[in-house]
Amino acid sequence: MAMQTTIIGQSIPRLESNDKATGRAEYIHTMRLPGMLHAKVFRSDTPHGRILSIDTADAAAVSGVFGVYTGEDILKVMPVPYYGPAFHDQPILALEKVRYVGEPVAVVLAEDPHIAEEAAQLIYADYEELPAVYDEIEAMTSEATVHEELKPAGMFPDLKHLVGRRDTNVALDYHLRRGETEGAFADAAHVFEHTFRTQQTMHTPLEPMATLAEQREGRLILHSSSQSPSFVRIEIARLLGWPENKVRVRVPFLGGGFGAKVYIKTEALAAALALLANRPIKYAQTMEEQFYTISKHPSTFRIKSGIDESGKILARECEVWWNGGAYADIGPRVTQKSGFTAAGPYDIENVSIDSYSLYTNRPPAGALRGFGIPQLVWAYESHTDLIARELGVDPMTFRRQNILKNGRPQAVGTTLVDTEIDGVLVELDRRMNWSGPFGKGEGTVKRGRGIAIGFKASISPTTSMAIVNVNADGSIIVHCSTTDMGQGSDTAMAQIAAEVLGVGVDKVIIIHPDTDVTPYDMSTLGSRSTYHMGHAVRLAATEARDKLAEMAKELGLPEGTNAPVDELFRRKYGMQAGNVIGSGSFIPPYKPTDHDTGQSSEATPYWMIGATGVELSVDTETGHVVIDRLITVADLGTALNPEIVATQLSGAAIMQLGFTMTEEMVYDRGQVTNANLADYKIPGFFDIPSIMENVVVEAEQKSGPFGAKGVGESGTFGVSPAIANAVDDAVGVRITEMPLTPEKVFRALRKSAGQPLEEA
Amino acid sequence: MSAGKRTIQFKLNGRDVSADVVSHWNMVEMLQGEFGLTGARESCGLGLCGCCTVLMDGKAVTGCLSLAVLADGKDIETIESQEIDGTLSAEQRAFIESGGLQCGYCTPGMILMTKKLLDENPNPSDDDVRHYLSGNLCRCAAYPEIIAAVHRAAELRCRS
Repeated sequence: MAMQTTIIGQSIPRLESNDKATGRAEYIHTMRLPGMLHAKVFRSDTPHGRILSIDTADAAAVSGVFGVYTGEDILKVMPVPYYGPAFHDQPILALEKVRYVGEPVAVVLAEDPHIAEEAAQLIYADYEELPAVYDEIEAMTSEATVHEELKPAGMFPDLKHLVGRRDTNVALDYHLRRGETEGAFADAAHVFEHTFRTQQTMHTPLEPMATLAEQREGRLILHSSSQSPSFVRIEIARLLGWPENKVRVRVPFLGGGFGAKVYIKTEALAAALALLANRPIKYAQTMEEQFYTISKHPSTFRIKSGIDESGKILARECEVWWNGGAYADIGPRVTQKSGFTAAGPYDIENVSIDSYSLYTNRPPAGALRGFGIPQLVWAYESHTDLIARELGVDPMTFRRQNILKNGRPQAVGTTLVDTEIDGVLVELDRRMNWSGPFGKGEGTVKRGRGIAIGFKASISPTTSMAIVNVNADGSIIVHCSTTDMGQGSDTAMAQIAAEVLGVGVDKVIIIHPDTDVTPYDMSTLGSRSTYHMGHAVRLAATEARDKLAEMAKELGLPEGTNAPVDELFRRKYGMQAGNVIGSGSFIPPYKPTDHDTGQSSEATPYWMIGATGVELSVDTETGHVVIDRLITVADLGTALNPEIVATQLSGAAIMQLGFTMTEEMVYDRGQVTNANLADYKIPGFFDIPSIMENVVVEAEQKSGPFGAKGVGESGTFGVSPAIANAVDDAVGVRITEMPLTPEKVFRALRKSAGQPLEEA
Repeated sequence: MSAGKRTIQFKLNGRDVSADVVSHWNMVEMLQGEFGLTGARESCGLGLCGCCTVLMDGKAVTGCLSLAVLADGKDIETIESQEIDGTLSAEQRAFIESGGLQCGYCTPGMILMTKKLLDENPNPSDDDVRHYLSGNLCRCAAYPEIIAAVHRAAELRCRS
């Protein structure tokens, strides 16, 4: 560690542990307001259709119903009721068309949520059915057009060229060109090409999304399970044509987020209803409704590599299609910001990337713990393994030969600094005893092992602000809009403030996001908070510390005095009175990517690295895969709180294990048929590998607060391809499409034995 | 929808209480709406995740599937009963010490099931823990830390 610290680097238990263990912690889903009405949504049963009529009469006649509202009613309070972070394409309730099964069409309000739910089932809608498209590749050329015209949000200069584009399902295309791939492929000794696919999954935070909205003193107050309070305030104010200060968004704890609760989810409908009904509104989703609200992009990735005689990767060509569903949400940003890493953490002179964000008639896709990176790593690390296997080279050796090192430019043109990609591989090698013997199993159960490594850029450029308030008794209040959804940000921010101010963490409290009192933060997403908000809190605490030193000087105390803070206040104000307030704002340097070449010398302030090693057993009679050992190795700079870091790594790895082995949204003509935790299987106690190891490599992000950078997603990167690579190692079959269900593995085994099963 | 109300009497966290409950309310709605207890919460709504766990006459039940009227004449315990006079239970202390929680939404259910497990089996193996808690889900996947917390709770109970 570069500097001596006393609180940074300590494994302090989460500050809110006591409230969580006693059940007292506040969540929106359990919150009630006096006089509130419950909102229950009537959803489209048609994947794509023009709305002919909506009959709400029977629903409105149910005793106890306060009112029934459709998209036309929303227009009374929000004249242009379309929202979204990148595109203003999503109506609060459907207008003119429906674009996926599950889209909100109408809503019932009642004091009793059961009455509202019953009444919602009595709404009838007629649609003129339109051709629908579900697949991202078909969407490129399909006659079905989900949106007649693209509606990029005005605030982003890099989306301006899309304004007014018509009759296309391509919401955004990103292109990267580095070197010259054509010639390099011609010169290559070997050329490999593969296509990989990922399925649609859902975050399923155990606290379903919820917003309570109320009007007070001509203002709108939203209590919301949001990862993005500042964004919600700005977006709701925009929809209403109000100034920012007339909207207040407050967020207590989140019962999980994982990207589901970023930007607008339940907030806009709750806000509109609170104005229409002039009563407090609770719009709390069920687990099922979450599947109709946001998901993780399915994807198709065609990847081609040219290799020279020595095993060096000369060129790589990547084409990625992201299935964004009916509304763009943050999909276009996934396409671009993750798209530029599609060639992997390798040093390749000639790279071309084409990344497409597609509209389809599925529920919208957005960010899910990795912002597209796990889909990319799935493809490039499966591909890397296949190449090594084909060339007869050890997969660890092949990776290390080609890995990107500090001082070298990544494909986007940004030079790598303070990033231990190779160091992570070396540590993984050591932990797995990779060059040592490995038992391949006996009889019908075969064993295999596999590795994979991925990396991620930070979403840039984004801003965080913080305020640190020192009270007259020396206790500290930190105001920041980072939402703690279980990742431990409150604790990390308190550690940073305490370290700077030289006090114990017990002297610090964190004010939860409340846009009336906590300043702007872009959002809690993309593993950005430790770095961005960490800096803002550090700067705010530093300013407060400097002001205290100035105060001591004014009082005639010698420099470096150890007079207690409460003594300073008493001397200055004659009693226990006053405050010292420091503020901090942070935005990292950034240069936008060039439109034609996709290049930027400063595309990201830091890189996050995660690698996975897996040992597993495959039952060749059933296709069942058991993960015996899962090792996660990461470079996250300096660990501010090592135990919380470890839980972030293993939590992310287990979540990705679910996406790899069992989770998949299953469809029947646009209808999700398993939108519940009985049929959509998330990991439980029996799914955890018997051995799990979380390893942090020694590294320092010099530009980070106390050498730290993000960690919340790194554990997800390598899991899926490491498992597919290990399955191949065990039984010699290659799965190219997630999830790796027993059926899929068994079919592949039978196929490779020349006895394929009939398609079901 | 008929919304007939019925007055029920039961013991809630050691105190005799009564409540007017609508016949279709579930236990979670009653606890939150009538008593302001938010430790049992609805998540999956199917009795699969354990976030709504409460103890009824000492047996763990899913509060989202149990009708509130079933509490009549019963002894109901929720997570709110576990802290006594400001002192946390051994299970609660163990979850904090072992970092057996992240977002905290599933934590009350996990802690109540741990108490039940340790009442029945004071020294469980890893496998015993997995089996006993398998009806509780944690999307943050703090599973390794939760298993450690159960062992730690067993130790703390042994000592006291």
